[in-house]
Amino acid sequence: MFRRLSDRASGEITFTFDGRPITASAGDSVAAALLAAGVRACRTTPVSGSPRGPYCMMGVCFECLVRIDGVDNRQGCLVIVQEGMRVESQRGSAALMAEPAQ
Amino acid sequence: MTGGTLSREQGIADLVDDYDVIVVGAGPAGLSAATTLAGTKARTLLIDENQTPGGQIYRAITLAQPVDRQRMGEDYWRGRSIAEEFLRSGAEYAPATTAWSIQPLQDDPGRTAGHEVGLSSSGMARLIRAKQVVLATGALERPFPIPGWTLPGVMTAGAAQIALKTSGLVPSGKVVIAGTGPLLYLLAAQLIDAGAMVSAVLDTTPRENWHRAFRHAPGFLVSPYLAKGLKLLKSVQRRTRVIRWVSTLAAEGEGGLREIVWMTGGREQRMPADLLLLHQGVVPNVNFSNAAGCDHYWDEAQLTFRPQVDEWYASSVAGLSLAGDGVGIRGAEAAAIQGRIAGLGCASQLGLIAPVERDRLADPLRRSLARAMRGRRFLDELYRPAKAFRVPQDQDTTVCRCEEISAGQIRASVNAGAGGPNQMKVFLRCGMGPCQGRLCGLTVTELIADERGTHPSEIGYYRLRFPIKPLKLRELAALPQTDTAKVAVLADLADTHHSTDLVERKSQ
Repeated sequence: MFRRLSDRASGEITFTFDGRPITASAGDSVAAALLAAGVRACRTTPVSGSPRGPYCMMGVCFECLVRIDGVDNRQGCLVIVQEGMRVESQRGSAALMAEPAQ
Repeated sequence: MTGGTLSREQGIADLVDDYDVIVVGAGPAGLSAATTLAGTKARTLLIDENQTPGGQIYRAITLAQPVDRQRMGEDYWRGRSIAEEFLRSGAEYAPATTAWSIQPLQDDPGRTAGHEVGLSSSGMARLIRAKQVVLATGALERPFPIPGWTLPGVMTAGAAQIALKTSGLVPSGKVVIAGTGPLLYLLAAQLIDAGAMVSAVLDTTPRENWHRAFRHAPGFLVSPYLAKGLKLLKSVQRRTRVIRWVSTLAAEGEGGLREIVWMTGGREQRMPADLLLLHQGVVPNVNFSNAAGCDHYWDEAQLTFRPQVDEWYASSVAGLSLAGDGVGIRGAEAAAIQGRIAGLGCASQLGLIAPVERDRLADPLRRSLARAMRGRRFLDELYRPAKAFRVPQDQDTTVCRCEEISAGQIRASVNAGAGGPNQMKVFLRCGMGPCQGRLCGLTVTELIADERGTHPSEIGYYRLRFPIKPLKLRELAALPQTDTAKVAVLADLADTHHSTDLVERKSQ
């Protein structure tokens, strides 16, 4: 649904989405990298379970919420993708996790 | 820290506890305000959610290459000098940082000595004080509630522009752009130039808008928008199908967008599509100013709520100024000028420049501002979205995307006794999801007004509360336990229960 202009490809970054390896460009947001990889839906809603994907790309709509490295409810459009990042689609509401105290 | 840059490794941990001024938002208004203030030796901190300065209009401008200049145009490139000037200004800069609250600090009862701003970055929260705060939160796209607008594959036009600016992404497959407003044809031209196959532009501008707009034609004829607009229109018409007078629009598909259905001239038409980009203008992003308690009013020309400001862009809350499109839609050029005027106003409040000097410096800025605003009334009238696209006629259309509340449910809540948006929230949870009403607020106000047969100004907007962006309880719990921190959490909890009733009683 999106392709990258050849003059804008920069250093390659590899991350996974639901276990699948995806190659992104350095500086991509998680949401942009998913769109470039053809991913349309990245979560299901807590209310009806319907699929949703990035909508505004500027941090206001919260449609691109994903789980990143085990942390739920991250806004994919505001997080820059990093090498080895583990991104997962968020199913319904975020899970209550016992996180280690810091 | 020199050059005002703060690396992401440092995060916000090494920011000092208080500044003369905190500016929120690194678009043209925020950058210009911060540059102006740093120039008067004010200790200035600029906070912004993105990685690099520019806001949405100049998104990723400091990373842009000559090829991007050609692709995005000279109006985009103009942001580069604004961003560079800021980076050289000596103001401190906290990118990738979210501001989520602001609380007044009082030295004597009733006298504001400044504000405490809640920030969060990389999982860490801070409360930082400033004598003056400038909010330059910019605009967001007006909600476009049509059937199927929640389907994956439906996005805003602005989203496609951001993907192009930040990552060089161009839509592929069958792309349809729909709606109204100056950005519609600009985006279509930019995407076609970049090689996208745009199947069609569906123009929802109502026919009668042309008659209304021409009353304001004299201002428009001398504005730079005219030549630019005509050139864009011709360029798009030559290279894709432009379908006018579109009166209904829906996105269809199972699990994702497959097809677009619309009516024009009383006939229903269909077209397969992989990506639908929606746009019907931008509106001020008022979540911060609303939660801060600033007075707002309904602007009938721009069909939105706007915060009240004085000639120095000071809001109704002492020590809090607002500048740029967050005050009312005037465009990037006007926003930059407003930021400088607001900066002068704050510098004078801080005692860093004398009022006479402030006035002398602001004088030429006010003349430039008047020039930059020429033709705006014409644009407001021409691109006023049709009621059918602001107030869903179909009962099943989703209004609140987060809580999945339909237009019919909201109308029913009015008939069940909900007088306004805040009482309606109690019935439906509408507007209480993570976006905090940003994608439904205006629709809800206009829907309730329509159902009650009254005017949006009588209905009002959601009463928003801090934090205006979700943050982790762990971040809140790790904050130093000052009185203000307790107020931010506890008083707000109590407030939620009491003032909701009061607001509703008043509105009935």
